[in-house]
Amino acid sequence: MTVKRFTLAAAVAAVAGTTALGGFLTTAHAEDGIYVPLLTYRTGAFADSGTPIANGMSDYFALLNKRDGGINGVKLVVEECETGYKTDVGVECYERTKTKGAVVYNPYSTGITNAIIPKTNGDKIPVLSMGYGLTPAADGNVFPWVFNLPTTYWSQASVFVKYVGDQEGGLDKLKGKTIGLIHLDHPYGKEPIPTLEALAETHGFDFVTYPVPPKTMQDQRSTWEKIDSDEPDWLFMWGWGAMNPTAVKGAVDVDFPMDRFIGVWWSGNESDVRDAGKKATGYLAGDFHGVGDGWPVFDALREHVIGKDGSQTPESMVGETLYNRGLFNAVVVGEAIRTAMGKYGDRPITGEEMRWGLENIVLDKARLDALGLAGFTNPINVTCADHEGSHPVYLKKWDGDKWEKSTDWIEPMKDVVRPLIEEEAAKIAAERGLATNACSS
Amino acid sequence: MLYREAGQFKTNYVADQAIFPIRQDRIGMAIVLLFAWVIIPAFGTDYFLEIIMINFLFFSLAAIGLNILTGYTGLISLGTGGFMAVGAVASYKLAVIFPDLNIILVFLLSGLIAAAVGIVFGLPSLRIKGFYLAVATLAAQFFLDWLFLRFDWFTNSSTAIEGVPKTLFGFLVTGPDASPFAKYYVALGFVTVFALIAKNLVRSAIGRAWMAIRDMDIAAEIIGIRPLPTKLLAFAISAFYSGVAGSLMLFLFYDSAEPDLFDINLSFKVLFMVIIGGLGSILGSFMGAAFIVMIPILLTLAPDLLGLPISSDLAKHLEFMIFGALIIFFLIVEPNGLARLWQITKEKLRLWPFPY
Amino acid sequence: MDGTAFEFFSIASGFLGGLFVDPFIAFVDRPDKLIQIVSQGLSAGIMYSLVALGFVVIFKASGVFNFAQGIMVVFAGLTVVSLIEIGVPAIFAILLAIVVMGAMAVAIERVVLRPLVNQPGIILFMATIGLAFFLEGFGQTIFGADPKPVPIDALGIPDDKFRVLGDFFRKPVRIYQLDLTALIAGGLMVAAIILFLNRTKIGRALRAVADDNQAALSVGIPLPFIWVVVWTLSGLVAIFAGVMWGAQSQAGFSLAVIALKALPVLILGGFTSVPGAILGGIIIGVTEKLAEFYWRGVLGDGVEQWIGYVIALIILLFRPQGLFGEKIIERV
Repeated sequence: MTVKRFTLAAAVAAVAGTTALGGFLTTAHAEDGIYVPLLTYRTGAFADSGTPIANGMSDYFALLNKRDGGINGVKLVVEECETGYKTDVGVECYERTKTKGAVVYNPYSTGITNAIIPKTNGDKIPVLSMGYGLTPAADGNVFPWVFNLPTTYWSQASVFVKYVGDQEGGLDKLKGKTIGLIHLDHPYGKEPIPTLEALAETHGFDFVTYPVPPKTMQDQRSTWEKIDSDEPDWLFMWGWGAMNPTAVKGAVDVDFPMDRFIGVWWSGNESDVRDAGKKATGYLAGDFHGVGDGWPVFDALREHVIGKDGSQTPESMVGETLYNRGLFNAVVVGEAIRTAMGKYGDRPITGEEMRWGLENIVLDKARLDALGLAGFTNPINVTCADHEGSHPVYLKKWDGDKWEKSTDWIEPMKDVVRPLIEEEAAKIAAERGLATNACSS
Repeated sequence: MLYREAGQFKTNYVADQAIFPIRQDRIGMAIVLLFAWVIIPAFGTDYFLEIIMINFLFFSLAAIGLNILTGYTGLISLGTGGFMAVGAVASYKLAVIFPDLNIILVFLLSGLIAAAVGIVFGLPSLRIKGFYLAVATLAAQFFLDWLFLRFDWFTNSSTAIEGVPKTLFGFLVTGPDASPFAKYYVALGFVTVFALIAKNLVRSAIGRAWMAIRDMDIAAEIIGIRPLPTKLLAFAISAFYSGVAGSLMLFLFYDSAEPDLFDINLSFKVLFMVIIGGLGSILGSFMGAAFIVMIPILLTLAPDLLGLPISSDLAKHLEFMIFGALIIFFLIVEPNGLARLWQITKEKLRLWPFPY
Repeated sequence: MDGTAFEFFSIASGFLGGLFVDPFIAFVDRPDKLIQIVSQGLSAGIMYSLVALGFVVIFKASGVFNFAQGIMVVFAGLTVVSLIEIGVPAIFAILLAIVVMGAMAVAIERVVLRPLVNQPGIILFMATIGLAFFLEGFGQTIFGADPKPVPIDALGIPDDKFRVLGDFFRKPVRIYQLDLTALIAGGLMVAAIILFLNRTKIGRALRAVADDNQAALSVGIPLPFIWVVVWTLSGLVAIFAGVMWGAQSQAGFSLAVIALKALPVLILGGFTSVPGAILGGIIIGVTEKLAEFYWRGVLGDGVEQWIGYVIALIILLFRPQGLFGEKIIERV
């Protein structure tokens, strides 16, 4: 019976311990510095994609701390909270870290972003969902605390259609063509559908969707049979995690022409295509930042951070698409903090000051050069109403073992996308009872 | 010495059949309620109320529901997550379609809708038993998952279902801007009332019929219990509890959620609570919910508090391992759950400090 | 007939047509596609059978509904892949993986099963879910959380496809060599398992335990040993399933959910029947793929997620013990 008594005592102690912890300890404020919590997922079904992003972000913050002693002399205090891509854990992370003076959240998960967005109005902490999350949140009038710079899914979808039109010899040639969308059957994967449906109507092409259930995303045989029998002229993909490599293999299996297969920027990591290798040559993917390690900032990273204590990055990961995306995300956060300091002084800033920083961030050519990132991305210019900031997307092509830039920056069809964004934002605002004039007040 | 019932005589049947026949239990219960209604909201931080307590409360409700089905009626179900999804989606739709509907009614009605769905998926239980039934209830889970994802009508064509802001007695109680304080009281109110109802249900003729079915359904049939209505009632009530828990989860915790959050893992989580807490025990449902909600949080915080320099991913892996090991450990030590451990402790307390 | 009635009629006839007419027209219209889909269903069915087989072997001998089977498949697959990655020749990698799975079986028997002997089924079931959690954390610690590509070249699995019947149809039917490999190797493995169960001493002991473990114990069959044997056996099946599933996409922890697809196979074929698992897998695989392809117009995409359960449930209403399950006799 002693084991049992011990067990009960342990269970009671554990519960009581958590109670005490939860009740009293979490109010502790972070030590001096700017507190940046990172909601990462180095575990779980999507770890493959989450790990390079997490490494890119924490490496750049480490670089700022080690090389420059923080931003304008104020140290960054970075803390990872592991979510495993689970929304409930993400919410727990958010609630636990927000009281420590968090300045910004980068959830990297549509589910967590959706769950956090409603809370931002009350908590006054901005959410930077870079190239993901809720597309209508680009309307700063309704979502003052959410930033999805530099561009959104809807902009990207219109860029893809533009590219297809270009290849077919003009947007008017799209009439009668079929464009398919293979997507994760999940709110994230369904994001581009409204835009593509609207464009299908204007340009007269047929639009067909091929949903892939998240649970069985590694078994896509039936989906590819459908595609094979429908024979769409072009195929777009909105995939994530293990769905991507499986889909690329599926396309190879049914002999789908690779140069007519375009992936979202989340389906364009090296690990997504490396497995299919040469057979995937010609596969295209959108992107909004550079790929590879040909920028001076990478030399600095190698000198100060990578391979040193505290960095989990293997050398082979440096310069990969998702690593660079994490890095770019951290650059934006750093620059927003710097911008905010320009107005409020060199001290740990608050969430509200951070919002001002993000709204007034200037990432023009000169600034990118100074950061050692010349030409890494298209210049970004956020305004209060437009939280996309930049808009263009470029396409890159898989040449068998690395990505190559295939097009120049393509401007999205703003005249189609922006009204859609405002319309959807207004609908959400009506449903949730949100104010729609954050920028005019 | 403290916990001794000697000298407490019952002079009528009503007193003999009270929920808490022993005075010390009544005092204990009063203290628990005092804690829950006064002390915790007075001293808890927002994080504690919102993340730990509200989670604990709606999971307790779901666990009570599953315990009615699995613990009292002996029908293993892996469809709890699906029924919670029904509750959540129904409450969202109701709140949007009828903006003037009282929030309490929204929750209760979504519970009823979940109950109706529960009855449909409970139908195979008449023919199928044991693990066959458990797997068959998975059909409910997968079908409902698919249904809410495939048909936009359920989510009003948006990416997520939302906890619409609603007021009760002039206070904002749901939605992102409601205070954790108000949300906590709503959850606590529901759990207090429905725990009491459940406790009385299982002590009544219905509860005895359930237990007879559980212990041997053929024998139960022979003594005059009709298996189909009894089993379906268990499914309905269980789904009702799960449905209400699901809508509380959406309105009081997530505020905005994708329907696929209510997936198979949620079903397992609730089943864990029931088994770790104790099959066939209302108290056990609470203990199991407390255990399963708090252990992961404790394990996440542990490396930080102990000052262990391990990376966040390794910590997560260790958390999985420890969680799995703990489950096995608890099952080995006491397969009847924490409620049974508590009972043993009470037995010992009766004799303390002079055991035989 | 007024407008609404007509509308209703046209929707209803569209629905019924989509359900009962259109698919059959499509069968005749594109026979190549039908062959393609059926062959695909067959190969998917074999894969389900392999996972289901792991469940059955354990359930038969110990009454444990082993929920950790899915994670064991991943674990086994990753063991092979990781060993090859660090330079171990494929054949040794597989042998080593067998040893690992055997060691795991011993550990599970000692730590989990033995202390829980004679507990009701649901407790053992829960224990295996605990085991699944443990293995997921443990596996990610060892192998890392990233999925790994299966080195099919090193394992000698062909990765090309045959195009057949191209002269008869608009498009040739594709037969994947990967599927053929799975079919042949899977068939051999099932044959070996059936031989092992029926023709060897251990196999007979195993069946005795499945029939009545009290009686088996009393004639001197060591139960713990039998448990180790069945867990090793299901580990063996897991290695094969892990490698083959992994070869289709990647070997990683998200594969574990695919094990859930084997559950309708179990209720269809019966928890205790080896032929049931094979036949059930094929039935579920083929109907699932047919439904997903031909009935998507009326039911929507993604039907394959649950249609297997519905098929299984319908059959269960007529045969509550599954296709091959033992007849349940109840006494009061």
